[in-house]
Amino acid sequence: MSTENGLSKRFEITGGDFGKAGEVSTKIKEILQEIGIDSTIIRRTAIATYEAEMNVVMYAKKAELTLHLTPTKISIRVYDDGPGIENIEVAMQEGFSTATDEMREMGFGAGLGLPNIKKNADRFKISSTPGKGTALDITIYLNQAGKK
Amino acid sequence: MNLNEIIEKLKLQVLTAQDKLDAEVSYGYTSDLLSDVIANSKEGNLWITLQTHQNIIAVAKLKDLAGIIIVNNRKPEEETLKKAEEENVPLITTEETAFNISGKLYQLISTQE
Repeated sequence: MSTENGLSKRFEITGGDFGKAGEVSTKIKEILQEIGIDSTIIRRTAIATYEAEMNVVMYAKKAELTLHLTPTKISIRVYDDGPGIENIEVAMQEGFSTATDEMREMGFGAGLGLPNIKKNADRFKISSTPGKGTALDITIYLNQAGKK
Repeated sequence: MNLNEIIEKLKLQVLTAQDKLDAEVSYGYTSDLLSDVIANSKEGNLWITLQTHQNIIAVAKLKDLAGIIIVNNRKPEEETLKKAEEENVPLITTEETAFNISGKLYQLISTQE
């Protein structure tokens, strides 16, 4: 982790637990609000973390989300033990989804999750190994309010 | 226009968060896709949807929405009601369709401005 002064928090997300889905994103939003982060930055972070959290809830057994905040940026890393993504390029396309019919009926699986994360992040890195899991690295800079 | 006036004029039924009805409503947003609402709704929007499951509450909370109108006389699930009370999110129901209630809300808000 960074040697700069900063705040680090670790959260666990449980796959399949729709009852708790959104709790980690809500907690992160509250932390950022307490610190007094710009509301545009909070909105973008909330969208990105919500989508990352829902992907874990829908596809993985569990994941660890780490929030790291420095005076210049918010970094979020999500590492899950899910099935992984065969073709990241395809998965990044709007409208592509592997969600079940049941998830779609609930209004998930629109194929907007990963594109939403990319749109709201200043930097977004995704790596995945089929059968092992997926890692997301999301960075949002603090000194460019309103950039996105 | 605040939520209370909208509820009265459109004859809506409020199920939760009775103390949050003085909130200012910035506009409406009609959608049943959660990712779409997360991406495109704005703070203070009144969200019109047919979804009744508990995950709608986290979406409303994350986007600071003024409340959720559930259409077609659908009833929210027990867990949804519980979560809405905990998070203080107004859950509202109507027998109208999404099209009709969106039209009425649009007219109400537009003529006010």
